[in-house]
Amino acid sequence: MMTKSAQRLTLFLLLAPAILWLGLLIVLPHVEILVLSFSERVAPRVYAFGFGNYLEFFTEPLYWRTFARTAGMSILVTALTLVLAFPIALYIARVAQGRLKAMLLLLCLLPFWVSELVRTLGWMMILRETGVLSYVLQATGLTAERVEFLYNDGAVILGLVYGGLLFMIVPLANALESLEPAVVEAGFDLGGSRWTVLRRIVIPHAMPGIVAGSIIVFMLTVGNFATPVLLGGKNGLWFTEQIYAQFITRFNWPQGAAFGMLLLLLSSAIVWLGLRLTGQSLGTTLKQA
Amino acid sequence: MAHSTDLDLVNVIKRFGSHAAVNDVSFSVAPGEFFSILGPSGCGKTTLMRMIAGFEHPTSGDIRIRGQSMIGVPANKRPVNMVFQSLALFPMMSVGENVAYGLTCRGVSRAEAEERANRMLERVGLKDFGERRVTALSGGQRQRVAIARCLVLEPTLVLLDEPLGALDLKLREHMKIELKQLQSTFNTTFAYITHDQSEALVMSDRIAVMNQGRFEQVGSPRELYHNPATPFVASFVGETNKWQGEASAASNGSVSVRLPSGTVLQGQGKEANKTSLAFVRPEAIALAQDASALGALANRFEGRVSAVLFDGANSSLLIDTVGFEQPVRAVLPQAGPLAGIEVGAPVHLGWTADAMKVFAA
Repeated sequence: MMTKSAQRLTLFLLLAPAILWLGLLIVLPHVEILVLSFSERVAPRVYAFGFGNYLEFFTEPLYWRTFARTAGMSILVTALTLVLAFPIALYIARVAQGRLKAMLLLLCLLPFWVSELVRTLGWMMILRETGVLSYVLQATGLTAERVEFLYNDGAVILGLVYGGLLFMIVPLANALESLEPAVVEAGFDLGGSRWTVLRRIVIPHAMPGIVAGSIIVFMLTVGNFATPVLLGGKNGLWFTEQIYAQFITRFNWPQGAAFGMLLLLLSSAIVWLGLRLTGQSLGTTLKQA
Repeated sequence: MAHSTDLDLVNVIKRFGSHAAVNDVSFSVAPGEFFSILGPSGCGKTTLMRMIAGFEHPTSGDIRIRGQSMIGVPANKRPVNMVFQSLALFPMMSVGENVAYGLTCRGVSRAEAEERANRMLERVGLKDFGERRVTALSGGQRQRVAIARCLVLEPTLVLLDEPLGALDLKLREHMKIELKQLQSTFNTTFAYITHDQSEALVMSDRIAVMNQGRFEQVGSPRELYHNPATPFVASFVGETNKWQGEASAASNGSVSVRLPSGTVLQGQGKEANKTSLAFVRPEAIALAQDASALGALANRFEGRVSAVLFDGANSSLLIDTVGFEQPVRAVLPQAGPLAGIEVGAPVHLGWTADAMKVFAA
């Protein structure tokens, strides 16, 4: 009996930091926001319980359209990141050996030593009208005028893909590394072409890594704020900007809270749908990540 | 078109840097033959097999399958299929999909591939296993799937890279017999590599013994066992007693070898007048309780049993013998007055001159 209660105490003490972290920094604020999102402003400084803030999202086209655009572009960004990251991860996992492998992973990691803001500002320096790219095009005589590459969807997607690559490469490389070389050789030996081996052996094996990376990149992209604002400018129209506007510009905290909850719920729903469509379970994916 | 050989290697050399992993190897395998390459790990046998499969390319020489040179032909275009050491079944596919994989790669329709895969599974004794996950199979069943996956493609040649290595002893013994039976029912040419001499001896029609990138000897299991061509073959294939001494006075193929202790042995060999190695199989040593029973043998000694190594039919005795530094190994008689012999018992031993092979060291 003594040892059992002592064991329990040890377990509790070991888990305490994690529980405190989850409880105080994640669960509690979300409960607060959830409660806040159900309070409607009926008169100045008078609030009542109601679903008005949620109804506002569905009745005002600007809001749900912004969300739809954010979700659509995030899916596109996730897909582009996957396509770009796959060959890189394949190279790191299957071709590179020893020091080269560590070096390549470090190279992927290196940009993340700088803050996201600085990285995005770096892209702005390259893409803006008076920036590097525009200058090079002019200097080589390809264009006569300055060209503005900033403040469009392309720039936003570029910035988001750049920010998401690492989070796709690491789980992918992890998944691909565990593929036994003999299995790939057997795929060729039995008559498979490169494409067949990729489609029927390599990709199915990497599926948990693909799903894990895609969930991480999608969630990071949907919830991103700085990149769409800085690279997209007024045309960015990211859903997080709407939340920011409600909280900061309009002082309508209940509305912002409702948008925050909606972002969480709707993006989770998209992830769930994605898992169902690809026939993957969250359990195997989490094991991989 | 029928060709008299299924596989020919002509002066194949493979270098990794300055090291020759495979050094000027030539051999032919006839259709329907079970051909083994036997050698210690690191002798180059895996490299040799990977060159035949198309995963490595020879530095020089030619590999021909039914007379067609395979140089420059990629692995997925060769009429050769391989059973990997780890089996390398596709864990993301069911048993049936594993077997049908090669057929669908060739453009066989999905329905027909499935049909042929099921028939093949039935022939290897895995009827109704098509839907199972490969991870749900036992070691022996996985083995059969790996072989079925190759045989369904009706290849000219099946390569087997120590496929029994991962199995436990009992299953390995069973699979040896099963593999041999599969090979004869399908009448497909098998090239088998192993470091286990018993696997090679039991299954093969012919064996090549490989050492340091070269073939030491190619022959039937009996030939290798009874008439080894080199000291390496004599000591690598089967159990043997080995002594070093000075050979002298060869006449008519018979040699006498003087051991450092002064003992003189009579044997068979070509080399004389130099340092030599003499080999005698444990089963060639006759044992008796009194010296008169061994009167006809050229080599006669007496000793005392120092250990009984009981291992059923493979039991042997170690006998401390006058004139030998190491105990002599002999087979424990399974019947007769010596069957119950104990440690410490005196015994007479001897062997004929024909039973002892002498090679220059």
